[in-house]
Amino acid sequence: MLRYIGRRLLLTIPLLVGISLVSFLMMHMAPGGPIGAGTDLNPRATAESRARLKAYYGLDQPLHVQYGRWLGRMATLDFGDSFSPDGRPVAEKIKERIPITLTINVLSMGLIFLVAIPVGVVSAVRKGSLFDRISTVAVFTGFAIPTFWLALLMMILFGVELGWLPISGISSLDYESLGTLGKIADRGRHLVLPVLLAGFGGLAGMSRYMRSNMLEVIRQDYVATARAKGLPERTVVFRHAMRNALLPVITILGLSVPDLLGGSVIFETIFAIPGMGQLFYQGVMSRDYPLIMGILTIGAFLTLLGNLLADVGYALADPRIRQG
Amino acid sequence: MNPLPRRAAVPSIALLLLLAACSSGKTEGPGKGTPVPDVPAYGDAIVEGSIGDVSGFLAAVTTDASSHEAAGYVFNGLVRYDKDLKLEGELAESWEISPDGKRITFHLRKGVMWHDGAPFTSEDVMFTYRRMIDPRTPTAYGEDFRQVKHATAPDPNTFVVEYARPFAPALASWGMHVLPKHLLEKYPDISKSPLNKKPVGTGPYRFVEWKTGEKVVFDASPDYFEGKPYIARVITRVIPDQATMFLELKSGGVDIMTLTPPQYVRQTETAEFRKSFNKYKFTASGYTYLGFRLSHPFFKDRRVRQAIAHATDKKALIDGVLLGLGQEATGPYKPGTWAFNPNVRKYPHDPSLSKALLAEAGWKEKDGALVKDGQPFEFTVLTNAGNEARAKTAAILQQNLAEVGVRMKIRTVEWAAFINEFIDKRKFDAVILGWNITPDPDQFDIWHSSKTGPKELNHVGFANPEVDRLLDQGRSTFDLEKRKRAYFRIQEILAEEQPYVFLYVPEALPVVHNRFHGIVPAPAGITHNFTKWYVPAALQKHRVQP
Repeated sequence: MLRYIGRRLLLTIPLLVGISLVSFLMMHMAPGGPIGAGTDLNPRATAESRARLKAYYGLDQPLHVQYGRWLGRMATLDFGDSFSPDGRPVAEKIKERIPITLTINVLSMGLIFLVAIPVGVVSAVRKGSLFDRISTVAVFTGFAIPTFWLALLMMILFGVELGWLPISGISSLDYESLGTLGKIADRGRHLVLPVLLAGFGGLAGMSRYMRSNMLEVIRQDYVATARAKGLPERTVVFRHAMRNALLPVITILGLSVPDLLGGSVIFETIFAIPGMGQLFYQGVMSRDYPLIMGILTIGAFLTLLGNLLADVGYALADPRIRQG
Repeated sequence: MNPLPRRAAVPSIALLLLLAACSSGKTEGPGKGTPVPDVPAYGDAIVEGSIGDVSGFLAAVTTDASSHEAAGYVFNGLVRYDKDLKLEGELAESWEISPDGKRITFHLRKGVMWHDGAPFTSEDVMFTYRRMIDPRTPTAYGEDFRQVKHATAPDPNTFVVEYARPFAPALASWGMHVLPKHLLEKYPDISKSPLNKKPVGTGPYRFVEWKTGEKVVFDASPDYFEGKPYIARVITRVIPDQATMFLELKSGGVDIMTLTPPQYVRQTETAEFRKSFNKYKFTASGYTYLGFRLSHPFFKDRRVRQAIAHATDKKALIDGVLLGLGQEATGPYKPGTWAFNPNVRKYPHDPSLSKALLAEAGWKEKDGALVKDGQPFEFTVLTNAGNEARAKTAAILQQNLAEVGVRMKIRTVEWAAFINEFIDKRKFDAVILGWNITPDPDQFDIWHSSKTGPKELNHVGFANPEVDRLLDQGRSTFDLEKRKRAYFRIQEILAEEQPYVFLYVPEALPVVHNRFHGIVPAPAGITHNFTKWYVPAALQKHRVQP
């Protein structure tokens, strides 16, 4: 097993280089460049100042030189400095955005699993029942409603009309003066709406997935055997059927690893959350090459890592695969 | 609305004190029937909503509006625009221009201190100038300063610059924020210095903190040279979504923001809203235009351009796009400013006149469409994606032009692609774009025939020898009357030639919580006297303890 993991890890290195090369080329093929944001249609920017800025950022070098430089820095885990005017290290910019994005994603994913798995199981066990039908409509409504619209409605209700929850941002203006408990409560109040809404939209996929897995498993012979043994329905459903139906969830969890650090631009914009989605979006819009490359590389690494974790986790959980 | 500020800007112990203050039974407190005494008082905080985050505090190396606005609290230039958009001294008490117009002598204000207590001198101005022309400084604004032939600082309170020839826009370029030499000297690249994140300036507010993507906080500088600002704290909150920001405003999380026309007209006309907020309206410094590529076979002919101008229903545009909150543009200057010429040729909406002009230019009507030499009058207008006002403008124009038999297709393109692939390569028939109107009327870069190269701003390819001469004249004298004559004539020619159909100048629509007093609307907007805004003691919402 360890040798297998080691081999897989080594394999990620050429894969990462390949992914970064493709990303790098795509990024440079897109029209525009980092200095355009400040100099395009700017009467005070002349050809000379443009050339100076290009040289300043090393953009006057041929592409392979630029990529080589970037790769050289990456080898020492140096993400470089952002091209935005603050010129801060990319690593620092990403680091300060991770906690909030991670918190929201972990919470909403937890919420999805907590709600979707039972809903899926019950829907499958009582296929065609009123509960099945209502829950189907409900989760698909959540999936279909434009989140930005629902978000605004919730803000109006809970923020403006009732005044129970803050509308946007991740902390109150007096955050610094609060005690530890107060800080947690304040952060929590700010997270309620974003987490609920992110979760609501994700229920459909997970609950449908769980439902069809469960339907699949419940038809299996061993479930019939369990029933024939005279086991109570609870035991049949939860011990014999559900545990097996949960196996594919490991794959989903593994594939979700990169999502943990990817934020949604629309969401973060509406709720004024300074997360990864906005950072990446702004990076792309201003053609902040080092920042884009940094985020893409992290995303690629996490995807590969998630796949590995899923495979290992699956092997650990399912003896059939372990032997194969 | 909730009477208690749920997201109050109260540092340290303040929240409890605030409640105490509200109930401490001041004789003239609100709710006692007696009007609040309207006397300036120090204190309280103002929370601004901003669409974008700051990208740095050194205006020389940033180019976005959010950053420049934030930097304006902390830094000063030698000169600034006053409430009537005329230049006045800021760090310079006064200035003299030599009779030949080549030398400007600035007399600096005495006794000004940097926020860290160091004195401000002409050495700082000299340092700023040197850094502006230093190739290691990643600035887009170096050009104005490279025009300087020679700069000297004969004594701590005098700064002299000499130009090779008189250059009127030069004076305004000294509005560039002056940088503290003693703090920046050791950084060859100022954008990488800590000051770009934690600025130290001479301005009315001192930097407190910047939480990226969230907020920036400033506190009033007690020894600001124009007097300590009344409002003790400024908090700029980053809220990227306009609708969210408006909800924050209504719930008390934001005190000042800019409204969209629908918000101004439809969502704020309630008694409840008026109870807490004051809306303002003033002419914005910008205009939207339909620009033609003048080398295009259709648009080469002036009569065609004039015909399109007559086909354009500017009133419908203003009503449809701005809900009436704007005025018709007739040229590239802001109505009401000294350079604006109100008496130029106008193009009232007149489809029949438009058709007559098109017929004169050889366009014959055939099955409801215009045809010339077997070619139908069909072209594509380009505009940048994500700008709702421009997209609506295009849709209305499309309808206007259809009335005279011209088929206009609309295409929107992402900004960077729009600029690089279409504008820079001159691959367009016509564009809908806008320009900011700078207080200095020099528009050499937009209209001079030498500015038609790649990346240059005369992208429509306008070339008129008289305009070239007048542009040169206008920028090479400081004599306001002479400049005015040059720019008036330029506007007459532009109105006649219609290289652009000048469409509209929108209104800027700020809204401010009405506990803030002392706001004086002026041509420059409302924030020109921000340091004199105040909240009467009884109305103060936040207790700020520096």
